[in-house]
Amino acid sequence: MNIGGKRDFHEARWDEPILMEMGEKGQRAVLVDGIEPKVADCAGTQGAVPDGYARRRAPKLPEIGQMQLQRHYLRLSQETIGADINIDIGLGTCTMKYNPKVNEAFVRTPKFSELHPYQDPETVQGTLKILYDTQEYLKEISGMDSFSLNPSGGSQAIFSNISVIRAYHESRGEGKQRNEIITTILSHPGNAGAPSTLGYKVVTLYPDESGIPDIEALKAAVNEHTAGLLITNPEDTGIYNEKIREFVDIVHSVGGLCVYDQANLNGLMGITRARDAGFDLCHYNLHKTFASPHGSQGPAAGAQGCTKELAKFLPVPTVEFDGTQYYLNYNLPDSIGKIRKFLGVPAVVVRAYAYIRSLGADGLKQVSELAILNNNYLLKKLEAVRGMSMPLAKGKRRLEQARLSWEGLHKDTGVTTDDIDRRIVDYGFQSYFSSHHPRIVPEPFTPEACETYSREDIDEYAAALNAISEEAYADPEIVKTAPHNAALATRMDEDALEDISQFACTWRAYQKKCVKK
Amino acid sequence: MSTHFVHPYMPNSVPAVEQSMLREVGVSSVEEIYKSVIPDSLLFKGKMNIPQPITSESALKKHVMGLLNQNTSTDDAISFLGAGCYKRYVPAICDEITNRSEFLTAYCGDTYSDHGKMQAIFEYCSMMAELLDVDVVSYPTYDAGQAVSSSFRMALRVKEGRDEILIPASMSPEIRSQAEAYCQGFGKLVPVHAPNGLMDVAELGKKLSNKTAAVYIENPSYLGAFEPHAKEIMDLAHSVDAIGIVMAEPSSLGVAEAPANYGADITCGDIQSLGIHMQYGSGCGGYIAMQDNPALVNELPTYLYGIAKSEKDGQFGWGRALYYRCSHASREKAKEYFGTESGLWAIAAGVYLAAMGPQGMKELGERIMAYAGYAISKLAAIPGVKVNASNAKVFQEFMVDFSGSGMTVKEINKKLLKYGIFGGVDLSVSFPEYGQCALYCVNDTTCAEDIDKLCDALKAILGGAAR
Repeated sequence: MNIGGKRDFHEARWDEPILMEMGEKGQRAVLVDGIEPKVADCAGTQGAVPDGYARRRAPKLPEIGQMQLQRHYLRLSQETIGADINIDIGLGTCTMKYNPKVNEAFVRTPKFSELHPYQDPETVQGTLKILYDTQEYLKEISGMDSFSLNPSGGSQAIFSNISVIRAYHESRGEGKQRNEIITTILSHPGNAGAPSTLGYKVVTLYPDESGIPDIEALKAAVNEHTAGLLITNPEDTGIYNEKIREFVDIVHSVGGLCVYDQANLNGLMGITRARDAGFDLCHYNLHKTFASPHGSQGPAAGAQGCTKELAKFLPVPTVEFDGTQYYLNYNLPDSIGKIRKFLGVPAVVVRAYAYIRSLGADGLKQVSELAILNNNYLLKKLEAVRGMSMPLAKGKRRLEQARLSWEGLHKDTGVTTDDIDRRIVDYGFQSYFSSHHPRIVPEPFTPEACETYSREDIDEYAAALNAISEEAYADPEIVKTAPHNAALATRMDEDALEDISQFACTWRAYQKKCVKK
Repeated sequence: MSTHFVHPYMPNSVPAVEQSMLREVGVSSVEEIYKSVIPDSLLFKGKMNIPQPITSESALKKHVMGLLNQNTSTDDAISFLGAGCYKRYVPAICDEITNRSEFLTAYCGDTYSDHGKMQAIFEYCSMMAELLDVDVVSYPTYDAGQAVSSSFRMALRVKEGRDEILIPASMSPEIRSQAEAYCQGFGKLVPVHAPNGLMDVAELGKKLSNKTAAVYIENPSYLGAFEPHAKEIMDLAHSVDAIGIVMAEPSSLGVAEAPANYGADITCGDIQSLGIHMQYGSGCGGYIAMQDNPALVNELPTYLYGIAKSEKDGQFGWGRALYYRCSHASREKAKEYFGTESGLWAIAAGVYLAAMGPQGMKELGERIMAYAGYAISKLAAIPGVKVNASNAKVFQEFMVDFSGSGMTVKEINKKLLKYGIFGGVDLSVSFPEYGQCALYCVNDTTCAEDIDKLCDALKAILGGAAR
């Protein structure tokens, strides 16, 4: 079927009321198991709320029947464009690849879902083997010596990496002196936010015209205060930084450590490795490259890798094997401690394990190769789109993603990337990722055509962008006033979101602040 | 040379398709693309030592299920484990909604694509707000540890110049470790004596000063007991103009008063017990809640999904509110970092709270407390065992002291395993001052038979020790 980029699409629009306003007093969606008479007779007085602390006023939770509740949420799900239901090429840097359905069976079986994190290791040998083996595979993929699976997201892995850097410098008596972290403006904002949270001064490098961070700026930035460099490569631009080894050497020359933010590794598996570029630490978002679903923003996992010199600082517990049994090691005196309760998010690791096992070494490399091919194929298709360009590093190939610009179209038509971001929903796609802030590329847009998308998918996506461009030139109002066919029928009052006097994130607050009595 | 195979997750792995795409791109191989940008010295020339692929789905399922089937889960045993992760009956409707593809595979889409997701998360916040009796509830954080850590840092920012957070010495060791690292350089955690988990109010009074940024308690305490002086402790915090922070177990709030109503400025904790499977700890997600006090709200480091009117009468939209607070917007100038946390669990917890309703939450709390009471009564009758020595009121957990039995908790738990029982969490490592104590936990599916079996097993095990 050739649909030329335009489906006759309309997202479900249910006009669904707020759940707090639904149902009637006394209705129940589920009943609680009763108390056995022998228990009631023998319960004593100690299982009780202390005097004065019994709940005085029952919480005003909904009271609704099960069918009505199920229907409400099913309707809300229909008003959500998950990666499973659209061609999610637009959310670049997020690696919206297919999440294999069989992997869901592994986390839904009670053999996993009903495990308590403090069970005796003897009763969870299967899960511990999965965690341990996954660490071993990630060591192969990165060239690193050790992995921790504790961080429960990419940004938390960044935080954990900086915590290790801090512990390393403190162990050498340089903790106070080394109070600066260097990162780049096109690395994920967590690379600036997390060091700042830990009290570091953040130095940010900007790209030069070649699209990679200015190496002269790095040379000027490093000194005896440098604790470390946090850098992504390729950055959001998809441009590979061919000087990466020099970056690492420059930072090492002043005693700093280097962290490769490989949250998105999708173009590099089996092609180039963090350790081989000299990095001391790295991390992988297992919910991106390793195919665990993103779950409406988590739960996620950030696998943290490091050299053997830094392994003693990793968060606890570590998963280890004594030749017979897998076990958890909490006895690491130099560890940065806990980064997340228990062992992070093993559910994401189990899915990543199954994904790796389904591909093997060659398959993982094939993933990256096809991700690169898909992206370059998409970029080829987009060359023809009027008003779109690919700034920085003219003529240089991108790897798995690219930062594009609608600057030309904006100048010609007044239509912005944010307008197109809303309009693309009318075509049946998830809204896209423009850029983190600040937007150093004007009117940005960042696609990533992962390897799980077919050629037809990519053709359809490119055709949609082309169609929107044509609309912008012919009838810009249709784009500026979009969306028209989304769940939300019209534009919302976006300005209200930044006004604290109108701010409400709960229904009761909205009733108090914004509803005129 | 790598061997290509046609993989179900990669439609363009069909050689003819790949070749045709390469032609369109104008290269002869993908290698040509990446070799044009990656220096030869950085190209990986070896082969990763990863097992051969399990190519069929059926074989993959057999392999992974084979590993998982080696586990003994809390469904296969009688479990008395708690300590921050709680087994609960998860209503089928929670799984049905949480596993919906649309929610499971959505990500950071926003107002115009994911209207339903944002409404679901707003409704979660709205229901948590009713449970906690406050007006502002955050987007879910990574876990309770992150919620507590951020609450501490919020207090340290609001009370600039003060650097002490007073905590009960019985604080959850996991969360304390997280919070200490998170506050390093900005403030320190100062423990206050808390025998059996209950804060020594007199000592708290002495430790309060103009350096106190916040006073923190857990209610119920990590060691199980409800804090009977919670209001007094919050009042004491306020007497030195410090912030009162309470970590509350949300599943207790159908029966126990919301902390905001006894003076908590910030309530925080974990939502895992609200309709989320434990999943070996994966089910954790945090909440931070407060009244609508702009000074504190402005310090929240994570998303807030704000509601606003749309142009269509009666229809609302949602978007990221007060976004300047967040590191995605302001990088190093943000309040703290944040990232992909636990959005799906907000949806799960929302379904749970709506399914339970006020009556369900009340009955849940009553049932759990009744079984805790029953377990205390029964265990107390076993010679050599002291149960809930402080006689404090408990919710779902309580201390069992085996010091008089001549056996260690570790030994006892190993023996209990043979009876198909997971004994309580061993406290002798984290809290050696209590001797051989274990933290036992009942859940909402524990039945009298489970507790009776535990007692019989303990009698047999400890009787053996006495001989």
